[in-house]
Amino acid sequence: MTVLLPDSLDRACAQLADHPEAHVLAGGTDLMVEVNFGHRRPEAVLSLARVPELKGWGRDGDTLVLGAGVTYTELCDPAIAELAPALAQAARTVGSPQIRNAGTIGGNLGTGSPAGDTLPVLAALDATVELVSVTGRRTLPLAEYCIGPKRTARDATEIIASVSVPVARGPQEYLKVGPRNAMVISVAGLAAVADIEGRRVAVGLGSVGPVPLRAPEAEAWVVDRIDWSAGRLVDPADATEFGSLVAAAARPIDDHRATADYRRHCVSVLARRALTRMFAA
Amino acid sequence: MTAPEDYDLLVNGTEHHVVGAWIGESLLYVLRERLGLPGAKNACEQGECGSCSVMVDDRLVCSCLVLAASAVGTAITTVESLAPDGALSDVQQAFVDAGAVQCGFCTPGLVMAVEDLLARDAAPTELEVREAISGNLCRCTGYGRVIDAVRVAVRRRTGAEVA
Ligand SMILES: Cc1cc2nc3c(=O)[nH]c(=O)nc-3n(C[C@H](O)[C@H](O)[C@H](O)COP(=O)(O)OP(=O)(O)OC[C@H]3O[C@@H](n4cnc5c(N)ncnc54)[C@H](O)[C@@H]3O)c2cc1C
Ligand code: FES
Ligand code: FES
Repeated sequence: MTVLLPDSLDRACAQLADHPEAHVLAGGTDLMVEVNFGHRRPEAVLSLARVPELKGWGRDGDTLVLGAGVTYTELCDPAIAELAPALAQAARTVGSPQIRNAGTIGGNLGTGSPAGDTLPVLAALDATVELVSVTGRRTLPLAEYCIGPKRTARDATEIIASVSVPVARGPQEYLKVGPRNAMVISVAGLAAVADIEGRRVAVGLGSVGPVPLRAPEAEAWVVDRIDWSAGRLVDPADATEFGSLVAAAARPIDDHRATADYRRHCVSVLARRALTRMFAA
Repeated sequence: MTAPEDYDLLVNGTEHHVVGAWIGESLLYVLRERLGLPGAKNACEQGECGSCSVMVDDRLVCSCLVLAASAVGTAITTVESLAPDGALSDVQQAFVDAGAVQCGFCTPGLVMAVEDLLARDAAPTELEVREAISGNLCRCTGYGRVIDAVRVAVRRRTGAEVA
């Protein structure tokens, strides 16, 4: 095994083109578990630890651009949290302080697990993922990037450079269900984001389908249930119906963490709760 | 640059030469088995228990999830740095005084997590203390005494009470 330690994004792309067998390493919180347990013995590892281009973030007009190397701890920083509240909430639910200090948003995308906590938020925000390689750059909407459980559209020679989301245009929530408050893989996760001017609510669901899902029917239905100028639900009881409609969009399976029925129930509760928090009287 | 099979790690201010190691080894393994620094403990090797917590460039991380060869050029701090001459740090002493050490296996990791918390926030609330140690598992104490230890350390350092 070789360890490649490029010190720029250009060099990282060039080395990955020369070593397509190399496994990209960011915070290591997914990859090192596999290496420690012998599930993966990469011939080569390309560490992004010294690639400065991936570590920054910035605001470009109404768009927040996050380098792939931005950690969960950094996402919780008020400077970013203010622009992307649901992403910060999702980041705060990840693992533990140690995991949040190391784990990156690019790694969450790289793994592409249905339970990845940032993914439902990125789905709700219609995020775009920027991939770079020696042959150029391309930008994919999240819905085209995530193609199955732990399967993404990323080519082996591509590096995830950044992910872009719109700056918050209204209240946002991320909620997750798991057996305890720390260190849990979500049984169900839900992001809800509102665009007050655009009069829209978007919902992203995690752990209840092969990829992060949206809830288009519920999103369309709820538009007329909100008094947009007051920022309130016309009838608070509508939050329950919203919950049922969102749950209908889930496509959960039974596994060792929960049954499909329980996951659907969780989604309906989380959707009701999120909408109530965003548009409480 | 390609990291050679042999590499140098800066641990507690001292350069250590790592020779003949398999390049896929975790920092935890290298610290314990190659550098003779067994302070960080190995219980899970999957980031769940926190007993291997160390600082890498001022960030508290699980050393079992750090690829040692990729930590070349960083400054690594382990629990051994807290008591270089055998005299306990105030946090370590508070753990002893509050009865927060039972079998002691989790203690180095918890002490590192508490040192990190208090360096960022000298007067944390109890909720912040609980969140700060949420990545460290202890099978013995039930955590009550660990939180007591943080109270003692905060009181001695600042005179303030953990709210
Ligand atoms: C104890 C523990 C608790 C956890 N809890 C949670 C949780 O609550 N929620 C959650 O969502 N996740 C959780 N995780 C999983 C993990 O922390 C996240 O998926 C994290 O985002 C991975 O990021 P990383 O930087 O550590 O990735 P790495 O492990 O370094 O990489 C992960 C994958 O992504 C690829 N990759 C990384 N960066 C790039 C890039 N820039 N370009 C191309 N490919 C790339 C790698 O090749 C690898 O396949 C947990 C993990 C542990 C060990
Ligand atoms: S040994 Fe590293 S977290 Fe358990
Ligand atoms: S004292 Fe035994 S595990 Fe904590």
